[in-house]
Amino acid sequence: MARMKFLCDAERCIECNACVTACKNEHEVPWGINRRRVVTIDDGIPGEKSISVACMHCTDAPCQAVCPVDCFYTTDDGVVLHDKDICIGCGYCFYACPFGAPQYPQEGAFGARGKMDKCTFCAGGPEEDNSAEEVEKYGRNRLAEGKLPLCAEMCSTKALIAGDGDIVADLFRSRVVRRGGRPDNWGWATAYKD
Amino acid sequence: MSATAAMNNRKKTSLWAMLIIVLAILILPLTGYLYVNMTEQPAVDEQTNPRSDTWRQVRENQEGYSAVKGQETNELIQGAGQNWRQLRNGPIATYGAWLLSGVLVILAAFYFWRGEIKLTHPRTGNTVQRWTLNERRLHWTTATLFILLAITGLSLLYGRLALIPLLGYPGFSAYATAAKWIHNVLGPVFMVALFIILIKWFKNNLFTKVDIEWFKAFGGMVGDKHPSAGKFNGGEKAWFWTLATAGVALCFSGLVLDFPNFGQEREVIIGAHLIHILTAMLLMAFSLGHIYIGTIGTEGALEGMTTGHVDVAWAEQHHDLWLKEVEQEQQNTRQ
Ligand code: HEM
Ligand code: SF4
Ligand code: SF4
Repeated sequence: MARMKFLCDAERCIECNACVTACKNEHEVPWGINRRRVVTIDDGIPGEKSISVACMHCTDAPCQAVCPVDCFYTTDDGVVLHDKDICIGCGYCFYACPFGAPQYPQEGAFGARGKMDKCTFCAGGPEEDNSAEEVEKYGRNRLAEGKLPLCAEMCSTKALIAGDGDIVADLFRSRVVRRGGRPDNWGWATAYKD
Repeated sequence: MSATAAMNNRKKTSLWAMLIIVLAILILPLTGYLYVNMTEQPAVDEQTNPRSDTWRQVRENQEGYSAVKGQETNELIQGAGQNWRQLRNGPIATYGAWLLSGVLVILAAFYFWRGEIKLTHPRTGNTVQRWTLNERRLHWTTATLFILLAITGLSLLYGRLALIPLLGYPGFSAYATAAKWIHNVLGPVFMVALFIILIKWFKNNLFTKVDIEWFKAFGGMVGDKHPSAGKFNGGEKAWFWTLATAGVALCFSGLVLDFPNFGQEREVIIGAHLIHILTAMLLMAFSLGHIYIGTIGTEGALEGMTTGHVDVAWAEQHHDLWLKEVEQEQQNTRQ
C-alpha cells in the first residue's frame, strides 16, 4: 500500500501560486478558503525561500486526536480525511494542527464557524467516489480516478511533489545528489513518523 | 664591459622595474581585501549557515509572506498546538476525571461516616428571612446556568470517549452541536449573573478573625463544636473567593474562545482554553462540595434558598452572629 506524502522543494519553489489556484479551481473551494498556500520566508531578502503548504496528512494526526466528535479517518493510502456531516465546527483541529491546514467558512460570534474544510489530497470524503455530494462537500476525488493531487501535477517547477512517500523521497534524494547541498524535506519531521 | 652590454643591462633592469611596478599597481589595492578578510575572519566563523537559519526560523513560528490572506496564513509551523493536544488529551482529561470522581467518592464516604449534620436543638417554629426573592432568583439562575455549562462543556471533553459508544457518531454529533451552541450562548449569560453575585455579596464575604476559628473547627463538619459565623461562614467565603478569582478567569477565557471573529491568534486561544478547562475543573470540584453541604449534608440548609426563610434553631447553630445582627435590626426597627 502506498503511503501518500507531500514534499515541497524549497530550492525550486518560485512562489507562483499555481498550486493554490489549481486547487481552488479543481475543488470549487468555498469563498475565503484556500486549502493550499505559499509562504515566503525572508521575502525580498537574498536567500528567500518559498514553500507551498497544505494539510500534510500526518502520521498520528493532531487534528484527529483532539476532534471532540472523532470525525477524522485515515485511508489505506495514509490520507487524513474528515466527515463534514459529523463535524461540529469547534475549531479544535485548527488549534492543534502544526500547519494551519483546517479552515472554516466563517469565524462568527459564539464560536459559529461552520463545517471545517481542508486539503483532501484530492481524495474526497466518506461519500461514494465522485458522487454529487462528495464533489459538493469535498471537491473532486482524483485519487479514485488513479490521478495524483492537481497542485503537484500543475507545479511549474516540479517543486511540489505528491505521491507515495518512498517514491517522493527517492526523487528528492536524486535531486539533492545532483545539485549538492543538504536535503531539506520541509515539514517531514513534524508530519511523518513512518 | 662593452657599451652595448651595459645598455642591455640597463634595458633589462628597467623592464623588470616596470613589470614590478605594474604588478604592484595591480596587486597592492588587492591587499585591501586581504585586510578585510583577515579582520572579518573571526566574524565569519561565528556566523551560522544561512540556510539552516531559515529552517530554524520556520520552526520558531517566524512569520513570512503569503499571498493567501487569512488567519496566520503567513506562518508555516505552529508549535503550540501539539503541546495543547498533549496537555488536553493527557493530564488534563485524565486528572480532571480523577478529580471530579475523587471528590464524589470523598463526599459519599463522608456522608456514610458522618451522615447528615442534624439540628442540635429542636426546631422552634420561628423563622427568620435569610434570602429575599431576588437573591434566590439570582442564586438559582446562576446555579442552573452553571450546571448546564458544566454538562455541555464536559460533553465536549469526554463525549468522544463516553457518549459516542452510546449515541453513535451521527447521534453524538447532533447532541454535540446543540451542546456547543448552548455552552457558547449561555456562557456570557452566566458571566453576567456571576458578576451580579460577586458585587452584591462582596461586603459580606470579606474574611474576618471569626473565619479563622471557623476553619480551625472544620466548620462544625467534624466534631461537635459549632463555630461562630456571620451571614456567610468561612466555607461559603472560600467558595465566594474561588468564584471571584477562578470563576472570573473562567469567564474571560471563555469569552476568548467564544468570539473567534476578533481573529485572536491560535496561541492566545490555546492559552485561554487551558485556563478555561483548568478553572472549570476546579470550580466543578468545589461546586460538588457546595451542593452536598447545601442539600443532603446539612439539615435545614436547603430551605433557606428555596423558601427564603430558616428556622431560628438552624440560624443559631450555623450563623449565630448573623442571627444576632438580624435580631438587633428587628429591635431597632420596632423601637
Ligand atoms: C460554569 C462554568 C463553566 C464550565 C464548567 C465550563 C466548562 C467547559 C469545558 C469542560 C469545556 C470543554 C473543553 C474541551 O472540550 O476541551 C468548555 C469549552 C468552552 N467554554 Fe466553557 N465552561 C464554563 C463557563 C463558560 C463561560 C462563562 C464561557 C463564556 C463566556 C464559556 C465558553 C466556552 C467556550 C467558547 C468553549 C469552547 C466550546 C467550543 O466552541 O467547542 N464557558 N467549557
Ligand atoms: S496537517 Fe493538520 S489537518 Fe493535516 S493531518 Fe496534519 S494535523 Fe491534521
Ligand atoms: S472543527 Fe470539526 S473536524 Fe475540527 S475538531 Fe471540531 S468537530 Fe472535529
